[in-house]
Amino acid sequence: MKPQPTPETAPYWEAARAGELRVQRCLDCGRHYFYPRPACRFCASENVEWTGVSGRARLVSYVINHRPFPGFESVSPVIAVVELDEGPRLMTNIVGIEPIPENLPLDMRLTVAFEERSGAVLPVFEPEEAAT
Amino acid sequence: MSGGMHGGGVAIVGAAETEEIGVLPSTSMIELHAQAARRALKDAGLTLADVDGVATAGPSPIEVAHHLGIAPRWLDGTNVGGCSFLIHVRHAAAAIAAGAADVVLITHGESGRSRVGAPGYSMGASSPSGQFEMPYGAIMPYSTFTVPALRFLHDRGMGREDLAQVVVAQREWAAKNPRAMRRDTVTVEEVLDASMIAYPFTKDMCCVVTDGGGALVLTSRERAADLPAGSRAVYLLGSGESSETPAVSQMDDLGTSAAFRRAGAEAFATAGVGHGDIDHLMCYDAFAHLPLYMLEDLGFTGYGESGAFIAEGHTRPGGALPMNTNGGGLCYTHTGMYGMFAIQEAVRQLRGEADAQVPGAQLSFVQGVGIFFAAGASLVLAGREP
Repeated sequence: MKPQPTPETAPYWEAARAGELRVQRCLDCGRHYFYPRPACRFCASENVEWTGVSGRARLVSYVINHRPFPGFESVSPVIAVVELDEGPRLMTNIVGIEPIPENLPLDMRLTVAFEERSGAVLPVFEPEEAAT
Repeated sequence: MSGGMHGGGVAIVGAAETEEIGVLPSTSMIELHAQAARRALKDAGLTLADVDGVATAGPSPIEVAHHLGIAPRWLDGTNVGGCSFLIHVRHAAAAIAAGAADVVLITHGESGRSRVGAPGYSMGASSPSGQFEMPYGAIMPYSTFTVPALRFLHDRGMGREDLAQVVVAQREWAAKNPRAMRRDTVTVEEVLDASMIAYPFTKDMCCVVTDGGGALVLTSRERAADLPAGSRAVYLLGSGESSETPAVSQMDDLGTSAAFRRAGAEAFATAGVGHGDIDHLMCYDAFAHLPLYMLEDLGFTGYGESGAFIAEGHTRPGGALPMNTNGGGLCYTHTGMYGMFAIQEAVRQLRGEADAQVPGAQLSFVQGVGIFFAAGASLVLAGREP
């Protein structure tokens, strides 16, 4: 289940491969947005830039999947939505913890990490205190 | 014809499900459409030769029309997931009101369990979901559609028991439906102790997976009045449709669906009725959190009150707002695109022909959802000509 970038999303995936989380920011309304597209999702401006973000986020919601899709048996079963401090929300996996509800209070602080899976490098998130 | 798409100018004059529902390994997907279509036309007292409009989701309406031998002058292949059939009713009503079609056939059939003659389950690896959700295992409905639920519950001070209460209430309805897959009544504890699928969802909180189909026949009020079964016609009073995002992670707020709110508000506004007028409610329940979202997003309860509303018994047999009276997707049937079955049950209730009949049901609200939280659609149906 490897993501297939489009010309509009390729910078996101190239940054991930380099260990960096980059999203787009609108130079007119000032807001960061996701997923990548050439015009701002809030104000439709085409005056946008790619920018690195802090990689800090909070846990918005999740499931702990007990029935992994074929090929996903060895990755984190925590399928989560996180909100970056800069605003955008991403689907991701929470790594670096035992996947039980007690370890996953909503709004917990997270930080980005990167995992290589079947040839793609994916941004994932781990608890802030686990990060070095 | 006279009148507009709403207000009773258009009627559902035929409605039927496939003869059997559940596990049907000897019937292909397209034949489930065809069988349901033949049964719905018979129910209406019409023939294939009367049909000049075809709508479906899944296969194209071209395929359904050709398979049945229909030469259509109106087609609708809107496919926004399981609520597509609600949208077809809405679009068909507009077409009939505009004179673009006289008799519209809407079909659904899905070999969701046996996968006979069924297309593969795939989404492009370059789509928003394919790039930004599926690589994380957010692929199957139970591990994707469910992700927002903990946020909804957390923000309202609710918990997993509220998901379980949805199941407990609907099993009471399913027990009255001989066609339902899960008919045993259960307790909150039993639902919570069922095998875990994707925390916080246990197996009982996830829909059944079945084969089956259903079809509807719509025409004008005037033509309905001339049919032998005209007194069983069900009228479209109002409707709405909307969409939000193809990716659940990109919802504006994981605790509420903008598509439900917009579609529901338009359905109430176009019908010119209020919540207190509704006798019967169908809330598309692929998973147990959806009726909670819908009760609140449609305004049947206030913010954070949906769980207590169900726990107090208001949606159960004998309650003030009977909901999912066929047992729903959780207990009755779910082929993959359940919306057709929600409409079928509303029609049965309004005709007074349901297994678990709500006494005197005259006005039904049907709420659908499509492709996880991507789309929403709503219908207000009446058992009598307004």
